[in-house]
Amino acid sequence: MTQTLRDSMHLVSDPGHLDESVREVFETMLGVQCRAGANVDPIGTHEPEVSVTAVVGFGGILSGACVFRCDALAARQIAARMAGMEFDTVDDMVKDAIGEICNMLAGTWKSKVPDLAANCGLSVPAVITVSDYDLHVQAPEFKIREAFQFENTRFEMTIVCDGLQ
Amino acid sequence: MSEVRALIVDDSSVMRKIVERSLRQAGIEPLVVFEAGSGIEGLEILKSKTVDLILSDINMPSMDGLEFVRQLRFQKLAPEVPVVMITTESSEEHVKQAIQAGAKGYIRKPFTADQVKQRVLPLLSTV
Repeated sequence: MTQTLRDSMHLVSDPGHLDESVREVFETMLGVQCRAGANVDPIGTHEPEVSVTAVVGFGGILSGACVFRCDALAARQIAARMAGMEFDTVDDMVKDAIGEICNMLAGTWKSKVPDLAANCGLSVPAVITVSDYDLHVQAPEFKIREAFQFENTRFEMTIVCDGLQ
Repeated sequence: MSEVRALIVDDSSVMRKIVERSLRQAGIEPLVVFEAGSGIEGLEILKSKTVDLILSDINMPSMDGLEFVRQLRFQKLAPEVPVVMITTESSEEHVKQAIQAGAKGYIRKPFTADQVKQRVLPLLSTV
């Protein structure tokens, strides 16, 4: 009997894959080790009025999105480590960096399940800077959300699936 | 090593900086880098510049990396220059498509400078 991706839902929605993906991307590209969930400090943003969010869409055998969210200070810190330069504001290069981080996280996450790697594509990243919002998806197949931290930089990752073949 | 001229094609300016830094950390010096933010821009650069190496993303708007490589070959731009794809797509099918399009190598994001060195140096020795 042919197994569909839906039959492997437990593999696809395994939160451990998200943790592994974050660790792999951040250790490889930024040289930092992230801690997750209960080990993350409580929220205390320096610039609470602005958050930076990157979204990469999934299409194909799975449809949904990978969402990376952090505050403006975290975005500048992450971009600084990636680009090897300092940023005073959330400029286009900072947004670009956050978009790329989300892109790599989405690609690494989907590579954890062979069917996804082969049959699910990624959109180009979109980056939004906004003061306050909440992401809502009507009746998702699954949603995985986790907070991560390295040093004093916090961010949040969400994988949401709205369709699975 | 004699001077290496590399074209980096990626819609992300940060990623272009990271790729350049990785090439330098891999010991590829002296290095001259040309940057393109799209496949179309990359093709235009190659009409007037000679390079020894091309590194390209795949997922880009307007013209993706696979089409960029096909157009390179079709327009006979840089015919002997090795092309390495640098991308988040990692399945065997994607690698096969890249090789069929004309790429000589493939690096998955995220990557280390050592991985860039392992993929790129052997290709430069054949140029």
